[in-house]
Amino acid sequence: MLTDLFPNINLEDFWVATYETFYMTIIALIGTFILGILLGLLLYLTTKNGIWQNKFVHFVVAAFVNIFRAIPFIILILLLFPFTNFLMGTIRGPNGALPALIIGAAPFYGRLVEIALREVDKGVVEAAKAMGAKTSTIIFKVLLPESMPALISGLTVTAIALIGYTAMAGAIGAGGLGSYAYYSGFQRRDFDIVLICSIIIVIIVFIFQFIGDYIANKLDKR
Amino acid sequence: MISIKGLSKIFNTDAHNQVTAVDNITLTINEGDIFGFIGYSGAGKSTFVRLLNRLEEPTEGQITINNQEISSLKTKGLRLARQEIGMIFQHFNLLWSRTVKENITFPLEISGVPKTERDDRVQELINLVGLAGKENAYPSQLSGGQKQRVGIARALANKPKVLLCDEATSALDPETTNSILDLLVDINNKLGLTIILITHEMHVIRKICNRVAVMESGKIVEQGNVLDVFLKPKQDVTRKFVEQVMGSNEEEEDLQQLIQSYKHGTIIRLHFVGETTNQALISQVAKKFNIDINILQGKITQTQAGAYGSLFVQMDGDQTEIKQAIQYIEKETSVELEVVQHVN
Repeated sequence: MLTDLFPNINLEDFWVATYETFYMTIIALIGTFILGILLGLLLYLTTKNGIWQNKFVHFVVAAFVNIFRAIPFIILILLLFPFTNFLMGTIRGPNGALPALIIGAAPFYGRLVEIALREVDKGVVEAAKAMGAKTSTIIFKVLLPESMPALISGLTVTAIALIGYTAMAGAIGAGGLGSYAYYSGFQRRDFDIVLICSIIIVIIVFIFQFIGDYIANKLDKR
Repeated sequence: MISIKGLSKIFNTDAHNQVTAVDNITLTINEGDIFGFIGYSGAGKSTFVRLLNRLEEPTEGQITINNQEISSLKTKGLRLARQEIGMIFQHFNLLWSRTVKENITFPLEISGVPKTERDDRVQELINLVGLAGKENAYPSQLSGGQKQRVGIARALANKPKVLLCDEATSALDPETTNSILDLLVDINNKLGLTIILITHEMHVIRKICNRVAVMESGKIVEQGNVLDVFLKPKQDVTRKFVEQVMGSNEEEEDLQQLIQSYKHGTIIRLHFVGETTNQALISQVAKKFNIDINILQGKITQTQAGAYGSLFVQMDGDQTEIKQAIQYIEKETSVELEVVQHVN
């Protein structure tokens, strides 16, 4: 039936493209999560009256975040070509897209992390200080657990932005559904391929949103 | 136990404005005291209590707790010292992501108590504060009073010598306030803990403190034993606080009218100051002497050091009996007596 409705689809190519989209999204999401938490924590801790109040570090991190958030993603990929080549040994395929995906999404997520951390009750942080907690204890046992639902919702939003980014990266050679839709679909005027790719991407987005909402709800004991 | 010398805290609100929140406080707190600080909002009492464990850095002055000079400690020393100073808060400040049990375990994790010992200690604390059965509840499932009990258990986890209470009952209703205060007295007796509490309610001071300091614009304007302060408030602000629980002088004016209307007998004011032995005074006197005693008006309140308050009575009957009764009260009991009016 699938072949009747979408006569031009090559199932093998299609599965490879879907797999590549998942691969890029998930690996980039893990990288974004780690780098974003790091950036968000640095922004939060070095801010005025923060635990590690430091104007210089705060300025540098904020500048990094703002600059990489300002560059449109398609240009960021081009800009990072030398860096990507150095790091991954290639600029093509799903692996070639990863550095740009992470560097494009992490500053965005970092801001969301900063906002989530600021929402943590200051009284609770103070209580931990009054108990004699180290800063590392405050980070790992107070700040991160207490902001976890917001960190997860933020990650969901970021994941969906990342899926969009992978499609864009696909258009310049990274593979995945974006690449399949553009090269095999659009350029050959096989619009059924563009349509099926759109449908699959929408389904992937819904799956991420559903999982994110579920986990955030489950964690929230407020 | 705790000695504070010349403690000050100045906040720079902007480049030109300074606010002196705590102004040159010198004070000693003895072991086992329940020492209350009372003042209106903005009097600096909250800043003061936060200076004691250096949640605020003092601008000037010296704090010594248990022979350890808190004010000169470096980061690590301060962390260790803080593990021996419990603190509870107005808004409880529990971690919502942890259950009751896990919240109470938190300070034990911080101080590095081995896992095997934690569970016993936590259960002991849960029983002490009366939360058995709520071990696995999350803070959002608890009432305000129960949350504060968790806060108290958490503060006691590392067996501190001192407990700081920052408006610990101000967010609670009167009945819950009383149960929390009873719990504080209970742990003060059981564990010999020194408790420092700040409040704006004289009721709290009256109910559990043995010493009190009254704060106004960063200074301590009056301090002493709770009874002495109740009995002879020197400052206006203290008088206002005492009126919170004892009623105001207006009632005494009404009394003057009442007294005028009694045409015979002797009207006497009995002053109870920290009475614990003579609370049955009226019935004793009535049994011993052949007189009638008529209670006109009065207000007696219970403090940690006994009953405090005054009672206006009319004694009627044989003159010599009345005189003997008065002499008996003056000589044999510690109740102060004042003859207000003598008719006949």
